[in-house]
Amino acid sequence: METFERIEDIEIRLLLEALYHRYHYDFRNYAMSSIRRRLRQAREQLGFATISALQESALHDPDMLPKLLRYLTVQVSEMFRDPGYFRAIREKVVPHLRTYPSLKIWIAGCSSGEELYSFVILFREEGLEERTIFYATDINPEALAQAEAGVYGLDRIRLFTENHRHAGGKTSLSDHYRSGYDRCVFDRSLRRNVVFSDHSLVTDQVFGEMQFVSCRNVMIYFDRILQDRAIGLFSEALPRNGFLGLGAKETLRFSSHADAFREFAREEKIYRRTGA
Amino acid sequence: MTGPREGAVIIGASAGALDALSLILPRLGSDFPLPIVVVVHVPPDKRSVLAAIFDAKCRLRAVEAEDKEPLEAGVIYFAPPDYHLLIEDRDTIALSNEDQVLFSRPSIDVAFESAAEVWGKALTGIVLTGANQDGAMGLKAIAAAGGTAIVQDPREAYARAMPEAAIEACPDALVLKAGGIVSYLQSVSR
Ligand SMILES: C[S@@+](CC[C@H](N)C(=O)[O-])C[C@H]1O[C@@H](n2cnc3c(N)ncnc32)[C@H](O)[C@@H]1O
Repeated sequence: METFERIEDIEIRLLLEALYHRYHYDFRNYAMSSIRRRLRQAREQLGFATISALQESALHDPDMLPKLLRYLTVQVSEMFRDPGYFRAIREKVVPHLRTYPSLKIWIAGCSSGEELYSFVILFREEGLEERTIFYATDINPEALAQAEAGVYGLDRIRLFTENHRHAGGKTSLSDHYRSGYDRCVFDRSLRRNVVFSDHSLVTDQVFGEMQFVSCRNVMIYFDRILQDRAIGLFSEALPRNGFLGLGAKETLRFSSHADAFREFAREEKIYRRTGA
Repeated sequence: MTGPREGAVIIGASAGALDALSLILPRLGSDFPLPIVVVVHVPPDKRSVLAAIFDAKCRLRAVEAEDKEPLEAGVIYFAPPDYHLLIEDRDTIALSNEDQVLFSRPSIDVAFESAAEVWGKALTGIVLTGANQDGAMGLKAIAAAGGTAIVQDPREAYARAMPEAAIEACPDALVLKAGGIVSYLQSVSR
């Protein structure tokens, strides 16, 4: 018996296959442990008896796709999340970036925009914003729409403000938003040099040469093969000495592209492209 | 030395974890034949020092797990703060940012349930001291998958809510004092 795959795992595989063929969303090589958990939640909360029933609905009812995407992608973010990361960028990376007349920064898997605005505010504080184009990409259209709107719940601002301060912020965060009853609207000028785009690290290609790629807490949802593909994209997008920043518990140690990078700020998970 | 054995040990602990783990982990020999995964509730904004403490105290190597960390026999893996730890397959740890479960990230239940999927009856799950209910559902999943369920004797635990909840969810669990847990684990290594 045990040599057979469990029924639920077969159903999950079939559902992911269906999503790929029907909508070109490719979750087939995502880390199974977490996908399994979230699809169980989706099945329960969307009210289906089996994953197969969920699959039928996903194939025939296009309204099911955005609902499923809320489960299949994890939208958890903060401004200046892991302040040490942004502090290291400010103190160690920015001096290098100043030597370039123009800059391209890629926030891959930007979710609802918190990481993007952190970068733009930091670059504005350091006088680099004017010469920079920020590319903010994600596969979840709802998240990208939120990123473009730049509106966040007032209850989150305290944490953002604290993070910003710990990241060595030179302005007050409140200089950058207007607050309403229960939400904060970030200044539209912060989006002047931002390009938002639907882009998948799984199925799309590189779209230009970047000086810094920040891809945090996105690849943890991939298996090792997919991680390697994404890191391959980054090594293509980065010229020699270009920077790659990862999430706090992500590492290039287990990647086949490890040789293409060297550690730049070890604790903060910032790497630099070696000579190509 | 014989080759690595199948299976793994997974431990969950909360309030009082440091002392309870100190009664167990340092007493394991350097030839312990299984990976040991430990999930302790730690505040999200703190850098966890548990791996460093136990790496110094134990004959086994202790590390804080990173994403896709390969699992090796005789190594203790601590869940990092503010991430869920999941067992991806017999060789690999995966981390996730998903929402807190029972106000916890890492969640003991999430880790235990994923480990039960992967190791089935080759898994030993242990719930130690703690002041909440986390771990009870996870231990139940481990027992349901045919694994061994162990709970620290609530009378000995610094906080008894967590072991009590685990026993209630999993009435057939072995209830042992820390010393008994050590003996059990040592018997696995022979
Ligand atoms: C946990 S959020 C990370 C947000 C932000 N980078 C941070 O660290 O705060 C993960 C994001 O990755 C996105 N994502 C998942 N798969 C992706 C893919 N194949 N390509 C690009 N983005 C992806 C999700 O939609 C989600 O917005």
